[in-house]
Amino acid sequence: MHRRAEVLDVLVWRGDANGGGYHSYGVPAQESQTVLDVVTWIQQNVEPTLAYRFACRVGMCGSCAMMVNGEPRWTCRTHVKKVFGAKGLVIAPLRNLPVIKDLAADMAAFFDKWTAAEGRFHPSKSRNDAMEPISPEAPNRVAANAAIECINCAVCYAACDTVTANPDYFGPAALNRAWTLQNDVRDAGYTVRQDAVSSSGGCFNCHSHQSCMTYCPNELNPTASIAGLKRLSALSYLTGGKAR
Amino acid sequence: MIGVRLYLAQRLSALVMAPLMIGHLAVMIYAVQNGLSAEEILSRTQGSLWWGAFYGLFVIAVSIHAAIGVRAVVYETAGLPERILNPLTWAIGVSLFVMGGRAVAGVVL
Ligand code: SF4
Ligand code: SF4
Ligand code: FES
Repeated sequence: MHRRAEVLDVLVWRGDANGGGYHSYGVPAQESQTVLDVVTWIQQNVEPTLAYRFACRVGMCGSCAMMVNGEPRWTCRTHVKKVFGAKGLVIAPLRNLPVIKDLAADMAAFFDKWTAAEGRFHPSKSRNDAMEPISPEAPNRVAANAAIECINCAVCYAACDTVTANPDYFGPAALNRAWTLQNDVRDAGYTVRQDAVSSSGGCFNCHSHQSCMTYCPNELNPTASIAGLKRLSALSYLTGGKAR
Repeated sequence: MIGVRLYLAQRLSALVMAPLMIGHLAVMIYAVQNGLSAEEILSRTQGSLWWGAFYGLFVIAVSIHAAIGVRAVVYETAGLPERILNPLTWAIGVSLFVMGGRAVAGVVL
């Protein structure tokens, strides 16, 4: 399988929860073509029933992630020329999640764990209160900002071998979000979230092997966020919940 | 699968183990320089409170550290439930402690 004249050899996984396999397609090569362009071309020209997900096409919404040549990627911002290899282009649904159909993975577990890790904001004020001034230089704001640009794409979740081996583990994205919230002074959920992230599916399961940060398309470092949570949880345990 | 107590127990036991490990290796290399016999080693360790404490602490730390480590490996490879995992962790820890304790008793007493 090689890049013939102007045609790309592409293998796309097709099937559903009961199984499936790779189908082969020849896709016209184009300048500045993304992996998502390739999938869209197949769907529009050859396989109208091919299921896949996308929305923004500019790396904002986090819905287009797939396995590309065995590695999780945001397909709308992955150029074919960057990943086209000796095996051509092999596209499959995201790892570590059940498949619904073809390239569409079932994200339910990913978001359920997000909720289990208390990855949601607990408001501490109402609309009638004055806005709380937040200094961009405050250390906890700096820590939160470093981890905040997550687009919920589940690339890190698909990259994490601990998620593969340990079905209870919340995974990097949920814990990374929890870390940003533990550093948010406007949030009122610190204690419940601390319990959640140190529970049996929580931060202590992470082996710090950094696949999440290697693959995060936004160059976030969930490993560091999780290390922060481990530190907070250990301190809070040792001080009887007083450390914050 | 692993909560804050097991995590801390594993980190703290590692903290204890690291210097003891280095001490063990250093003394071993130093002691066998001129070809040491078993009798010679035993003559120094037997009745020594210091070596008893050194290796006793080592055995305790290893038992804790290895039991929790193996627990994670077993869970991630075999996916056993906590109700089996917990007794298994204890069993590994206790057997390491007994075996190590016997070895320490053998050279010190
Ligand atoms: S560092 Fe932790 S979260 Fe990241 S890939 Fe490894 S185990 Fe998963
Ligand atoms: S941390 Fe990165 S890889 Fe993980 S969901 Fe967020 S943006 Fe995607
Ligand atoms: S389509 Fe929105 S991130 Fe790729």
